[in-house]
Amino acid sequence: MRRFSWFNATSLTLGFAFLYLPMVILVIYSFNASKLVTVWAGFSTKWYGELLQNEDFLDAAWVTIRVAFFSSVLATVLGTMAATVLVRAGRFMGRGLFSGMIYAPLVMPEVITGLSLLLLFIGIGLDRGVFTIVLAHTTFAMCYVSVVVSSRLVSFDKSLEEAALDLGCTPFQAFRLVTLPIIAPAVISGWLLAFTLSLDDLVIASFTTGPSATTLPIKIFSAVRLGVSPEINALSTIMISVVTVGVITASILSKRSAVAQQRDEQAATQATG
Amino acid sequence: MRRFTLIAVPYLWLLALFLVPFLIVLKISLSDYALSIPPYAPTLDFSAGWQGIKDLMSKLDFENYVFLTEDALYWKAYLSSLKIALISTVLTLLVGYPIAYGMARAAPEWRPTLLMLVILPFWTSFLIRVYAWMGILASEGVLYQFLSFLGIVDEPLKILSTNTAVYIGIVYTYLPFMILPIYAALEKMDDSLIEAAEDLGCSRMSAFWLITIPLSKSGIIAGCFLVFIPTIGEFVIPSLLGGSDTLMIGKVLWEEFFSNRDWPVASAVAIILLLILVIPIVLFQRNQQLQREAEG
Repeated sequence: MRRFSWFNATSLTLGFAFLYLPMVILVIYSFNASKLVTVWAGFSTKWYGELLQNEDFLDAAWVTIRVAFFSSVLATVLGTMAATVLVRAGRFMGRGLFSGMIYAPLVMPEVITGLSLLLLFIGIGLDRGVFTIVLAHTTFAMCYVSVVVSSRLVSFDKSLEEAALDLGCTPFQAFRLVTLPIIAPAVISGWLLAFTLSLDDLVIASFTTGPSATTLPIKIFSAVRLGVSPEINALSTIMISVVTVGVITASILSKRSAVAQQRDEQAATQATG
Repeated sequence: MRRFTLIAVPYLWLLALFLVPFLIVLKISLSDYALSIPPYAPTLDFSAGWQGIKDLMSKLDFENYVFLTEDALYWKAYLSSLKIALISTVLTLLVGYPIAYGMARAAPEWRPTLLMLVILPFWTSFLIRVYAWMGILASEGVLYQFLSFLGIVDEPLKILSTNTAVYIGIVYTYLPFMILPIYAALEKMDDSLIEAAEDLGCSRMSAFWLITIPLSKSGIIAGCFLVFIPTIGEFVIPSLLGGSDTLMIGKVLWEEFFSNRDWPVASAVAIILLLILVIPIVLFQRNQQLQREAEG
């Protein structure tokens, strides 16, 4: 028997108020007619209008989306390969170093990752811009993807793959037809994670970019360093809404597919039983 | 052959973009500052072959590390980062534990929704979540408006640009990392243990301290490490919410590199930061492993 006490109710209410009020306030003030945070001058959507006319922000948004798309796709491919190596490849030379290099970027401070990659790009004389940010984001995001995917690979039954091989599949076919559909949810959440990590990143992008490419977080950071601005509130509101809708949709879809899978599995057991 | 490709592609990628850059940082931290492009000396001369590498090695020294120990700014920044990380970890635990506890006690049909409400902010931009506090904590910001409306304060607040604002920012942004592992530990707990303790004469309070807290120890430890480790190198929070006297090593490294353009010192700062981080990371790994073994 679980007792849900007044203390529990209060701590949940206060806790979630603490988590959500700052964002609610940010959204409310994006509709403030005044430029100052201290004065509420009535409802207005003018900051959204100004934001949409600000070409700098639109350019930065486009750069950010391109970087996030390319780096998340590359990171998903490399991260899934790395996860397969970690879980399935068995022993090989330098395995310790390999798993070390997968886990180290997860705990590496961003300032160090950024600094070291910048020094590499300068060392080999690579022009900095969208391409170098993509390389940098792919490198740290692939480690997150491989952690997410390998946790799924560990839990799944290897004999299914072996059965496919016994029935004449090539290893690649077995991977594509058996393994990949099973680990697909993990691959998709890995990709989503890589995409948001890239959208979000300020520090690594600041180090690895050049004058030609400014991402949205870099733009936001340089604007808010000087103080609160209603245009940034409007931009934040748009970003918060997109994420909220995206996460809720994704969770509803994954819940549905989980229910469907459960139904299929039950049907299969009944048919065989 | 396929197996070789599968291993080689991610392996080479990580070697080239993780290990090699790290070795470059290590090398530059042992070089000298120079007014040239790139702004350090000596540089590696590949055309001289093996002799070039030997020449390079003979010119490297620990001068920058000696400099770091002599200049009070740096070791103060390391100590202050550790202090801020430690205090904010404790604060996050104090705020996060009651929330995780409430979630674990909530009716089972509510738990997935509560869990999603904790995870949702994690998907929202970190930068925006920190920025949200700038408008709240500003001297005449939202919090001041609210408190002066209630008649509690009559002078503008002095919270933004202080360490207090940094603590608030860290607790706010890292709270999900504390709540999730504690919730995971509490959810697995068997309630009949508490009932047994109460039947045997324990008060609710002592049952909580003697049973619930020890059983959630693994979650508490994991949560604390997940907050403590990334906080040490934090850059965004101290630079947006902190003041000029907020010393954190991530900020120092950034300024050393972008403002002073002293790459060798910035690299040495990075290497020492990593050495400091190795201790909590190794402890964390060991704890996780013991945990896995205990669960079998």
